[in-house]
Amino acid sequence: MSHTTLLVFEVTILVLAIFLGFEVIAKVPAMLHTPLMSGTNAIHGIVIVGAMLVLGLPHKGPFTWAVGFIAVVLASANVVGGFVVTDRMLQMFRKREPAKKPDDASKNGN
Amino acid sequence: MGVNATNLLYLVTIVTFILALRFLSNPAHARRGNQIGAAGMLVAIAVTFAKSGMTDYWAIAVAMVIGGGFGAVAARKVKMTAMPQMVALFNGVGGGAAALVSLAELHRILPDPGRPKIDIGLAIVLSALIGSISFAGSMIAFAKLQELIGGRPITYAGQQFVNAALFLACAAAGLALVAGWQHEWLLWALVGGAALFGILFVLPIGGADMPVVISLLNAFTGLAAAATGFELESNVLIVSGMLVGASGTLLTMLMGRAMNRSITNVLFGAFGKVTEQAAAVAAGEGGNVRSATTEDVAVMLAYAHKVVFVPGYGLAVAQAQHDVRALADLLEAKGVEVTYAIHPVAGRMPGHMNVLLAEANVPYPQLKEMDEANPEFSRTDVAVVVGANDVVNPDARSNQGSPIYGMPILNVDDAQTVVVLKRSMNPGFAGIENPLFYNPKTVMLFGDAKESIVKLAHDVKNL
Repeated sequence: MSHTTLLVFEVTILVLAIFLGFEVIAKVPAMLHTPLMSGTNAIHGIVIVGAMLVLGLPHKGPFTWAVGFIAVVLASANVVGGFVVTDRMLQMFRKREPAKKPDDASKNGN
Repeated sequence: MGVNATNLLYLVTIVTFILALRFLSNPAHARRGNQIGAAGMLVAIAVTFAKSGMTDYWAIAVAMVIGGGFGAVAARKVKMTAMPQMVALFNGVGGGAAALVSLAELHRILPDPGRPKIDIGLAIVLSALIGSISFAGSMIAFAKLQELIGGRPITYAGQQFVNAALFLACAAAGLALVAGWQHEWLLWALVGGAALFGILFVLPIGGADMPVVISLLNAFTGLAAAATGFELESNVLIVSGMLVGASGTLLTMLMGRAMNRSITNVLFGAFGKVTEQAAAVAAGEGGNVRSATTEDVAVMLAYAHKVVFVPGYGLAVAQAQHDVRALADLLEAKGVEVTYAIHPVAGRMPGHMNVLLAEANVPYPQLKEMDEANPEFSRTDVAVVVGANDVVNPDARSNQGSPIYGMPILNVDDAQTVVVLKRSMNPGFAGIENPLFYNPKTVMLFGDAKESIVKLAHDVKNL
């Protein structure tokens, strides 16, 4: 595939993703907007793929190594933190009183 | 692993992300959606590890343990009231990662014979620019919300001019890079300038406007990730980044609408100035205020058919969510219908108040959004306003001179009786006078919100 063909293809996907994003997000109720934000936060952690590709590059100098390493650290914090915190929030949304109160203290380790 | 297999597996990741967002349309299965998304992320990471030509597995693993460990601990320890700064922090590191990837990409392709193609150059510049703004801006938002620096808007003469000049300089550096004047130091200058711009851009924005800023920065990081996708020719980055970009944009617009302010006004208006004026004007006004004791209010609540609680951020500050929940339980045991009416900007980020009430074990079917809650006030016996002020201010409907005129509010004054829990008659956070307090339907219950609620529960129990 020539570079231009690939580019056109990528732009097509980009534009479709914009419309898809608006469609899907519009259906999220205001009640869940905070989990939505932290959830999408976790999703943009996908930049970890880019960071891994940089650090995993063969024949790289110390500069690329250092930049890639920091990028992987930052992106993994983004991914793990984003999904964990979203999960913590969403588990609190319940229809009715659960059988026993969740013990936040023991779960949070403090 | 071959290129085709890799890309097909990345497609699996894309689908899980879309499902994760799709499942968020209903709190009943939202959590499963998030888990599906997390599984998809694991697939993407595993696939990237297995990609042909990868090296330094150990370094990648160590970096992941460091970053992931920090993320997991922070995410588990954070209090729900501190959620906005946590989201800002994770958002910032994502933006920072995107900017770093673009620095490394330019470094990699520069020694090649022939210049990088224009579109790759553009992608590098965009992800460096947006990623740095998002990183630095998010860190300032974090510092403000965490109260490491003052939440008040910081302004000085010529601020807009300095910001505009800085941004134009960054844009010019970006254009030069794309046009072929490719030096690494120029990209470094661009990253530094953009970071400085991010700092200066968020500093003048007040604490009350943070919901808008955080959603905007969220959109920025998404866009930076999508631009990174163009650099690396990776569909999974393009689609995922753009989904986040669309989400952040939509939320930013919704927040602006809920505050009845244009996004430009939020970002460049420095809210603090307007409100100080309003407070000065309103200070002379007044009228009769009826105050009540907890015993009076307890009787009203216990013999009502329908009670609606209107929580504001003051409730969260007083840590009174659990006490409100306990009071609601007592009322429900007496056959009173209890719901919560929640304004979109109650809290420090979109939907924050719902999370705080869910944490206090309030069942989510009782949490009513503004559009759902407003028609119900006319058949409500008692509306209890706890720690909210501007979002129930009737001036927003009728007083054209009010700084919040036109902002959609919760029409609590349609209820038979309104009980306002308030420390004193001092105007609220934004410093705007509220005629609701002088409405003949309204009774004021002065005192600390938490103490009042606990006393109310005690009095209801003793009836």
